Amino acid sequence: MIVIGTLITILVVMIIALARAFIGPTLPDRILAVNLIGTKTVLLIAIAAHLYGSSEYLDIALVYALINFISIIGALQYFEQNARNRGKS
Amino acid sequence: MLLVTACALIHLRDLVALVMLAGIFSLVAAGLFIVMDAADVAFTEAAVGAGVSTLLMLKALTLTGAKQASAVSRPYQALFTIVLLGGLLIYGTHDLAPYGSPDGPSQQHVAPHYLENSIKETGVPNVVTAILATYRGFDTLGELFVIFTAGLGVMALLDGSGKRLGRTQALMSEHVVLRVVAKMLLPLILIYAFYVQFHGEYGPGGGFQAGVIFAAGLILYVILFGPGAGRKVLSDKTTRTLAAIGVLLFSGVGLVSMFSGAPFLDYSVLAEDAVTGQLAGILLVELGVGITVAAVVFRIFLEFDDREPLQKEGEP
Amino acid sequence: MIETIATLLASVLLVLGSLLCLIGAVGFFRFPDFYTRVHASSVTDTLGAGMILVALMLLSDSTIGTFKLVLILLFLLITGPTAVHALVKSAVTMGVLPGIETEEIVVRSDGNSSSKPS
Repeated sequence: MIVIGTLITILVVMIIALARAFIGPTLPDRILAVNLIGTKTVLLIAIAAHLYGSSEYLDIALVYALINFISIIGALQYFEQNARNRGKS
Repeated sequence: MLLVTACALIHLRDLVALVMLAGIFSLVAAGLFIVMDAADVAFTEAAVGAGVSTLLMLKALTLTGAKQASAVSRPYQALFTIVLLGGLLIYGTHDLAPYGSPDGPSQQHVAPHYLENSIKETGVPNVVTAILATYRGFDTLGELFVIFTAGLGVMALLDGSGKRLGRTQALMSEHVVLRVVAKMLLPLILIYAFYVQFHGEYGPGGGFQAGVIFAAGLILYVILFGPGAGRKVLSDKTTRTLAAIGVLLFSGVGLVSMFSGAPFLDYSVLAEDAVTGQLAGILLVELGVGITVAAVVFRIFLEFDDREPLQKEGEP
Repeated sequence: MIETIATLLASVLLVLGSLLCLIGAVGFFRFPDFYTRVHASSVTDTLGAGMILVALMLLSDSTIGTFKLVLILLFLLITGPTAVHALVKSAVTMGVLPGIETEEIVVRSDGNSSSKPS
C-alpha cells in the first residue's frame, strides 16, 4: 500500500541520482549523487526492516548511515589532496 | 545489476572510478543479502565492502597514482586456461541441486542440526554467531590469522620504503564544522561498536563487524585531525601489540580447552557446565576477533597515510 | 482509536516525505549549476528522510525498533547537512566556481569543468 509506494518512490529517486552521477559535469556533482544514493539506501533498509517485521535490520541501516558519512569524508580528503598536488605542480 | 557493475569494473582504467564502483558493487550485494534475509552477512558486507575497503583503497591510490598501467603482453595461454576451467566448472554445476531446494545436500546434513540444536547446546540465540564461533570455530581462527597476516604484511612492506612526510597536521584542518561534529560523534560511534560486539549473540553483529566500526570511527578522527593525533590515541607499538593480543586470545581459548582434556577449541570444558562454557568461549573468541580487526584496519590506514607517493602520477 | 490516528498520521507523513524526496531529486537533476543543485538535494533530502523515519516510528510495534529509528533519525539529521557542507567547501578547493552552466562547458586540464560566459 502506501509503504510500497514510498519504496518505489525512493527507488526512482536513486535512479535519478544515478543518472546525475553519470552526466554531472563536475566531480563534486558525482560525489553529491553518491551521498544522495547512500541516504536513500538507509531509508530503503529501514523500510525493508519494517516490511520484514523485525528490528534487527535497523542495525544495518545505522551502520550504513555511518559508513556513508565516513566514505564521503574519505573521498573528499583524497580529491582535495589531488587538487592541491595538482595546484602545486 | 551485479553483472553490469562487474563488467564495468573490468573495463574501466581510471582507478578512482573503479574504487567507487566497487563500493557500489558491495552495496548492491548487501541489498541482495538483505532480500535473502541474511542479516549478519549483509551487515558485514555493508560495513566492510562499501565502507572500509573504499577508504583503504583510496588511501592506497594516493601512493600509487590513479591510472591503470596498460598491459605489456597478451596473455593468450591464461585466457585459454581460464575459459577451459570455467567451462568445466559451469558444466559441473549442472549436477548440483536446484537453487534453494530443501532436498539439496547442503540442507540435509549439518544445517538442520545447527538450526535445531544451537540454542540448546550453546545458549546463544543468534545461530550465525554460534556457527562462526563454535561449530566452525577453526575456520574463524583461520580468517583471523589471514587478517593478522595482512596487517603484518603491510607493516613489513611499508616500513622501509618511502619517506614519511613528517606532516602531523591534517589535510582537512580548515573544515571547522566537520571537526566539531566529528568530535561529537566519535564517542557514540565507539559505543556503537561495543554494542555490536557484545550484542552479536542476540542479533546481527559479532567481532568482525564491531572491529570494522571501531576502526572506522578512529579513521574518521585521523582524517580530520591528522595522523599525529591518531598516533597519540593508538601508537604504532600499541596497534602492533593489540593485533597480536586478539589472535593470542582466540588461540589461547583453544589451548586452554586442550589443556583441560578436550579437543582444541571445544569450549564446553571452560566452565562447570557445558552451556556456560560455550557462552564464555564464544564471548572471548569474538572479543579477540574484534580487537585484532580494529587494530589491523586502523594500522593499515595509518601506514598508507602521510607518505611520499611511491609512484609518480602519470608513470606506468 | 489511537492506532488509527497513528496510522493515518504515518500515511500522511510517508506520502509527504516521499514526495519531498522526489521533488528534491528532480531539482537535483534539472538545476543549472552545482551550487543550486546542492540546495535542491540536501535540504529536501534531509527533511524527507526525517518524515519517512518518523512515519516508520509511528508504524513500528516494538519499543527497541522505535528507539533504533530515533537513533537513525538523529544521526541523519546531524551528519547529512555536515557532509554536504564539507562537500561544498571542498568543491571550492577543487576549483568548481559558481556560475550558470551554459552550452559550452570548458573542460580544464584537471578534469573539472567550468562554464564560459556566453
